[in-house]
Amino acid sequence: MSRGRPVSSSRKVRDRFLENKIFFNRVLVIFIFVSVLMLGLCARLIYLQVVGHEHYAVLAKNNRIKISTIPPTRGIIYDRKGRVLAQNLPSYSLEIVPEQIENLDDTLERLKDLLDLTEDTIEEFHKQRKHHKRFDSTPLLLSLTEEEVAKFAAARPFFPGVDIHAILVRYYPYGILTSHVVGYVGRINEKELKDLPEQEYSGTFYMGKVGIEETYEEQLHGKAGYTEIETNAQGRSINILSKVEPTAGADLYLSIDIDLQKTAYDVLEGVNGALVAIEIKTGDVLAFMSHPSFDPNPFVNGISYKAYRTLQDSPDRPMFNRALRGLYPPGSTVKPFVGLAGLEYNIMSFHQKTYCPGYFQLPGFAHRFRDWAKWGHGSVDLNQAITESCDVYFYNLALELGIDRMHDFLQQFGFGEKTGLDLLGEKAGLMPSQQWKRKNKKAGWAAGDSIITGIGQGFMQVTPLQLARATATLANYGKVVTPHLVSKLVRTDHTVTEAAKTNSVIPLKTKNVDDVISAMVNVVYGEHGTAKNIIQEGLTYRIAGKTGTAQVYTVKQNEQYDKEINVKFRDHALFISFAPADNPQIAVAVVVENGGHGGTIAAPLAAKVIDQYLTQPIQDENRNP
Amino acid sequence: MKIETRNEHFQSPTVLGRLLQKLHIDIPLFILLALISLLSFVILYSASNQDIGTLQRQSVRVVLAFCLMTALAHVNPHQLKRYSASLYSVGMVLLVAVLVLGKVALGAQRWLDFGFFRFQPSEMMKISAPMMLAWYLAEHPFPLNWKQQAIALALIFVPTLMIAKQPDLGTSILVASSGIAVLFFAGLSWRFIGYSVLLFTSSLPVLWNVLHDYQRSRVLMFINPESDPMGRGYHIIQSKIAIGSGGLSGKGWLGSTQAKLDYLPESSTDFIFAVFAEEFGLAGCLGLLILYFLVICRCLVITLEAKDPYSRLLAGSLTFAFFVYVFVNIGMVIGILPVVGVPLPLISYGGTSMVTLMATFGILMSIHTHKKFLPH
Repeated sequence: MSRGRPVSSSRKVRDRFLENKIFFNRVLVIFIFVSVLMLGLCARLIYLQVVGHEHYAVLAKNNRIKISTIPPTRGIIYDRKGRVLAQNLPSYSLEIVPEQIENLDDTLERLKDLLDLTEDTIEEFHKQRKHHKRFDSTPLLLSLTEEEVAKFAAARPFFPGVDIHAILVRYYPYGILTSHVVGYVGRINEKELKDLPEQEYSGTFYMGKVGIEETYEEQLHGKAGYTEIETNAQGRSINILSKVEPTAGADLYLSIDIDLQKTAYDVLEGVNGALVAIEIKTGDVLAFMSHPSFDPNPFVNGISYKAYRTLQDSPDRPMFNRALRGLYPPGSTVKPFVGLAGLEYNIMSFHQKTYCPGYFQLPGFAHRFRDWAKWGHGSVDLNQAITESCDVYFYNLALELGIDRMHDFLQQFGFGEKTGLDLLGEKAGLMPSQQWKRKNKKAGWAAGDSIITGIGQGFMQVTPLQLARATATLANYGKVVTPHLVSKLVRTDHTVTEAAKTNSVIPLKTKNVDDVISAMVNVVYGEHGTAKNIIQEGLTYRIAGKTGTAQVYTVKQNEQYDKEINVKFRDHALFISFAPADNPQIAVAVVVENGGHGGTIAAPLAAKVIDQYLTQPIQDENRNP
Repeated sequence: MKIETRNEHFQSPTVLGRLLQKLHIDIPLFILLALISLLSFVILYSASNQDIGTLQRQSVRVVLAFCLMTALAHVNPHQLKRYSASLYSVGMVLLVAVLVLGKVALGAQRWLDFGFFRFQPSEMMKISAPMMLAWYLAEHPFPLNWKQQAIALALIFVPTLMIAKQPDLGTSILVASSGIAVLFFAGLSWRFIGYSVLLFTSSLPVLWNVLHDYQRSRVLMFINPESDPMGRGYHIIQSKIAIGSGGLSGKGWLGSTQAKLDYLPESSTDFIFAVFAEEFGLAGCLGLLILYFLVICRCLVITLEAKDPYSRLLAGSLTFAFFVYVFVNIGMVIGILPVVGVPLPLISYGGTSMVTLMATFGILMSIHTHKKFLPH
């Protein structure tokens, strides 16, 4: 111990000196180390905050600002008296933000227990989801009931990312009366979404699918507004930075009178058919009915597959717009036009007579073209031929006119062409000609083709709308009537667009038109008139008309028409008419499918509509709500 | 005699100064710490979305922490030295206890629940490990034989690995660096340091396998945060956006959009520096860095002026640990280091790290103000 102590002590002293030196050096090294790393931090900060500032500033802005579309309010649709045909009702939708949901399938499964959620709805939601951004609200259910809203509100804490939104849902108060005119809106599907301007529709669930809703989609939709919203990381809105209000869609005033439309619906009760009424002076379509009809309201939020199938599979085809797209042989309703053609082309005079033995035969042919009256009408002029609807007279006339003259003349009245009604999907019908047959049937025109065209059979096909329009044009003495449904379009800036009017005129001799009209009056009032059953006591006006009974089924030669024939093959009953005969106001065309005789079945229906229009004149026509 | 002159040398001319000296408070360090704490309130108010409750809770912690600092400043380093070994042993026992029965908080097992308060033994290790090592190396001056070296390394790396196992990567880094700092200040040879660095680099693949999955993903995210912007890279990306968008002068106090709109996670704790950078810009950041640098400089002065080996080893080590603290936090927030859970010293919301930090400053002050009583 004592020996080692001084050594140890001296070493310790030396060590302390050395230790101090080393320690000072070490502190210096640490100081330099710390300083260098601190400068490193500074350099990195300068890099981020000076060099990268602009880049990160943009990122920060994009982080927090979200552009959100405000859907415009869809325009309201009114009838000519300002009654609402299509409106927007406040409702609630259940929407999901997929990004905020951990397990979507589980959430949907749990929602199923809570609400009335079908597989169809879920499938639709998945389809919709593909076209929404993950952080966008995607609708699952539209128009929840009050009860469903209450139920979900109670369970809401268990469904993060699922929320109720106040929305406007399209509603059609007159439902079944307007479905073939106004049409309906429905959920935008995948295919449609591709063609729509994304900005305009990103907040909209609906678009017009048929009818006026489809035709005037652009005007009814309006213009979407948008907000710049400051959002947090969860996508919740914190603050609105700027806002551009949407422009509501234009309101449409239809020419339809819903009262008349109702009457049209009522008179067609129990039959399949169509009725179109046109105001002659203006081209306003007053009633446009295809029967049977359907309720458009279920389509708005997505009709169930089952309900849709029921509508689709019904043999009465309620979703088929007969007035616009139904093609029928015009039958005898074409006779006034063919007769007028004869007069205009100077084939005969009004009083020139033709003998009707009950059939017509081409020289050298055995085939007999039969008259509906087996024993014939005897010697008839045009007046009688129209009044009694003599077929043989028109077989002769048609043969003399020839198909091309008939084609050219009738086409001026709109046969074989779209009427230009502002409703998508219209059929053009068919007005045959030699050229048409060569092109489409690869066959030459036969004399027999002309003969049956003269009584509105054969190739010729018309829509009820075309019949009404041609009748209106005839009643208008050749001033062409172009029908329209929207008579006025009122935008939010109060600019108004009225329906366009055409000024084309068919050059007709007034005398000839007077003669044909007088014959059409006799159809109703003549002793042998085919529609005399519609005369009622006390009428202050007279109706001019023409019946038609269009063959659906060709009765073979030497065969009797079987009264018990299958309903599907029964004749279509048609009637064209206008009134008052001396001052035409309204033209009405009626088609009753497989109805039988035009005079007994179709004519009374038209008479009721005419009567309502003329005896209850439309007052305060342009009243705004 | 010598002691008395030293005493006179430190005599403050003002009454307040004399009072503070009686309290064993180091004035420059105290002022710096008070400034940083004040800044903490300013930025916490903004980062917590102007929540007064947060400030109230934090102020209680700050007051407690300053009291603890003052209390520790009164404890003679000689006493500290005497209890170093026992404190370390208690710490180790508690670490074992945590591994066995600790509460799992935030997916990591760090807490011991004593009913009335929860205690994090790893925090205690931040101080007791360097104390233990300083004590051991003061007793066994360099050069060490292989056995002593092994003991010294074991003293550092056993608790480090246990803390890393919890898993608390941040604290284990701090414990390891404070321990290594003691070795460094004690005169660890450069050759040994060279070999160690070489060994460490070559053992990285092994270390990689030891890491928890979440720790690995953090490291990977650090290398390429953009690879998963909505997932694990989110923190780093959003933090960089916050800092970068702050620019030169910042968006102004309470002007942070990243934090306010919840884009920035952990905005009042680990990532508070990003909020600070967004609101006060480069100017503010440099100011804060200078404050921290001044704290470190003052502590290095204290370290240099410490007279006995234990004190200066401990002071140097604690100073270096503080720097590592600052560097690791800011480094991760500005995207030059992986995300490890280390708060920004004296500014982040939370009591544990605040208390530990103020304890270290208390020890440093004690070392500085007790020099006259130390036997040589």
